[in-house]
Amino acid sequence: MIIQNDIRHFIIENFLFGDTSHDLGDDVSLIETDIVDSTGILELVGFVEKTWSITVKDADIVPANFDSIGRIAAYVANNAGQSAAA
Amino acid sequence: MCGVVGYFGPMIAPSEAEPLLRRMALSVAHRGPDEMGLYSRGDIGLGHRRLSIVGLADGQQPMLSEDGNFALSFNGEIFNYVELRADLVARGERFRTASDTEVLLRLLARDGEAALARLNGDFAFAFYDARRRRLTLARDRMGVRPLFYTWRDGTIAFASEVKGLLEFPGVAAQMDAEALDQIFTLWAPIAPRTAFKDIFELPPGHLMVVEDGQASTRAWWSLDFPDAGAVDARDDNIIADELLALLDDATRMRLRADVPVGAYLSGGLDSSLISPLAAKHVGDRLRTFSVTFDSAEHDESAYQAAMVAALGTEHTSVATSGADIARLFPATIRAVERPILRTAPAPLQRLSAHVRNAGYKVVLTGEGADEVFAGYDIFREARVRRFVARDPKSAFRAHLFRRLYHYLPGIQSQSAEYLGAVFGVGSDRLDDPLFSHRPRFRSTAQSKLFYSEELRARLAGYDATEALAATLPGRFARWHPLHQAQYLETTLLLPGYILSSQGDRVSMANAVEGRFPFLDHRVVEFAARLAPGIKLRGLDEKHILKRVARDLVPQAITARSKQPYRAPDAQSFRDAAWVDEALAAPTGLFNPVAVQKLARKARSGSMTGFRDNAAFVGILSTQLWHQAFPQRQSALNFAA
Repeated sequence: MIIQNDIRHFIIENFLFGDTSHDLGDDVSLIETDIVDSTGILELVGFVEKTWSITVKDADIVPANFDSIGRIAAYVANNAGQSAAA
Repeated sequence: MCGVVGYFGPMIAPSEAEPLLRRMALSVAHRGPDEMGLYSRGDIGLGHRRLSIVGLADGQQPMLSEDGNFALSFNGEIFNYVELRADLVARGERFRTASDTEVLLRLLARDGEAALARLNGDFAFAFYDARRRRLTLARDRMGVRPLFYTWRDGTIAFASEVKGLLEFPGVAAQMDAEALDQIFTLWAPIAPRTAFKDIFELPPGHLMVVEDGQASTRAWWSLDFPDAGAVDARDDNIIADELLALLDDATRMRLRADVPVGAYLSGGLDSSLISPLAAKHVGDRLRTFSVTFDSAEHDESAYQAAMVAALGTEHTSVATSGADIARLFPATIRAVERPILRTAPAPLQRLSAHVRNAGYKVVLTGEGADEVFAGYDIFREARVRRFVARDPKSAFRAHLFRRLYHYLPGIQSQSAEYLGAVFGVGSDRLDDPLFSHRPRFRSTAQSKLFYSEELRARLAGYDATEALAATLPGRFARWHPLHQAQYLETTLLLPGYILSSQGDRVSMANAVEGRFPFLDHRVVEFAARLAPGIKLRGLDEKHILKRVARDLVPQAITARSKQPYRAPDAQSFRDAAWVDEALAAPTGLFNPVAVQKLARKARSGSMTGFRDNAAFVGILSTQLWHQAFPQRQSALNFAA
């Protein structure tokens, strides 16, 4: 849940500018709710890379990995520490 | 080109008429620094500020007919006045002046509203028939020249800019919440609404008749497209020849002036095509002007240089930095009189000042070609979205989004699948009349995050996109999707932003008149009849226009991909110390905590996307609008 909360906090501060009225459940689509757009995704990927020391490949920037807080958290859990291991 | 003001109704006593008209006219004096004229009789008052371009010595306004029965206050140009005058002379009219104003006056006096269809021009006017006690207000087809009005106690007041109306007794500046929401969704208010509550604009192509205290408004022209399948699909070569002849004539007519005419050269196809056509008709070297930017992302100086070299024009450019934009921005908001989501009007205001200082009052520009010949990305984007939606699982199709936005580096690193999802593939309904514009509207509407609780409550249940959809004509559903998208762009954005905020208001702030050959109604109507594939062939935008330009414009320009005119947005304000105070002013419209976070993000340099930039510029301009137009009412007993 720590990963989810960090991502949620980033989204609220960076995309919603502190507005907590949005439903940000783990399964809510960030694209369909217009929270993240084509440039927002780059900020989100940058945040993931910096916070968890992950290098996100272009091919990984797909909705299956980045369209909800739950999916992003799963992606982070599967890839965290990859740089150190590499 | 000028400024028009006036009123009609019982509210103003005869003794109050002249000082009121003078004050109203002075408020739009920047539009017409050369002369001022006032006329009042009974319930009617007309004022005029003149920028002398045609009939320098004898075109004073308001102009009265010899018998005093008709009065005209007119802003703009009737480009075919030479032909109309010859026709009137043949019908027995004898002219006192060499002006296009007298042609319009006589034509209206003889033929009434039927005269409008014969006009080839950019105009807004007030015409008074004293015998019938009847006022007619009218505006050109495309909305090049503005005309605003409001009502107080059974009296209508009108003016070329809202500033003129704010001098009228009882009129106050107050933000219209729904107009603000339209701007923060659609980029422009839906005419007749303006940013000012209870102040309206006469929509493009409309006329209003005021008689016996009653007003009726109707369209005298409207943009139309053929039903899908009934389009002009003749051979490209035939169409190109006809189009070139039309554009040549539209340009020739727009060079009519008793002062020298220059041209803007952006480096894009449109102005690059108009310049050689103009150069052919201008005896001397054509004088051209452009804006350059110090950021490579926005600068087009290399293409401008190519065109200058090809044409041999006498050219100057105005280098514009972000700091220049920030410095000018408050004055730009006072000029455009509404919140805007982009800073792009500011460099154009700077350019018009340069043009004026160079001794020019009139410039030709390439404005309108992107709407009329389908040049904007939004048309290509809609086509790609439809293409992808037909086979959403295709690994190839969504890659086309990258090709569309080749000038946006961030897009290039994203997967096709992600881009498809962001552009609404699979979620946007293909039969939605606003299909082409949905991604833009959705993205822009994110700015509503910053609305205050009070504003949210006032707008509860209001949907600007529904309001727009409700204005669409019944025949809209029968048009090809490209024509539907062109209609939206040409009737909403073109007059509501491009021709006003980026056009008339920032050029006339420095008394410079823009003329637009692509918006000659003959060109517009010709282009509307063309088959969609002749305008947008595959993803090749303005296909037929490139064909026309082939022998007139260097290949480096016809072959380049479309790059929309943009200026640095939020980044312009990074070092502007006044911004925090402006953002914090208590207008009650925005959430100050959220706005602070947005300002911090802008200052950090991490703001890269359209959405945040639009929110920042939109909020800042709304705040500056309140500074420029404080809520006060003008009294009749104003201080001298």
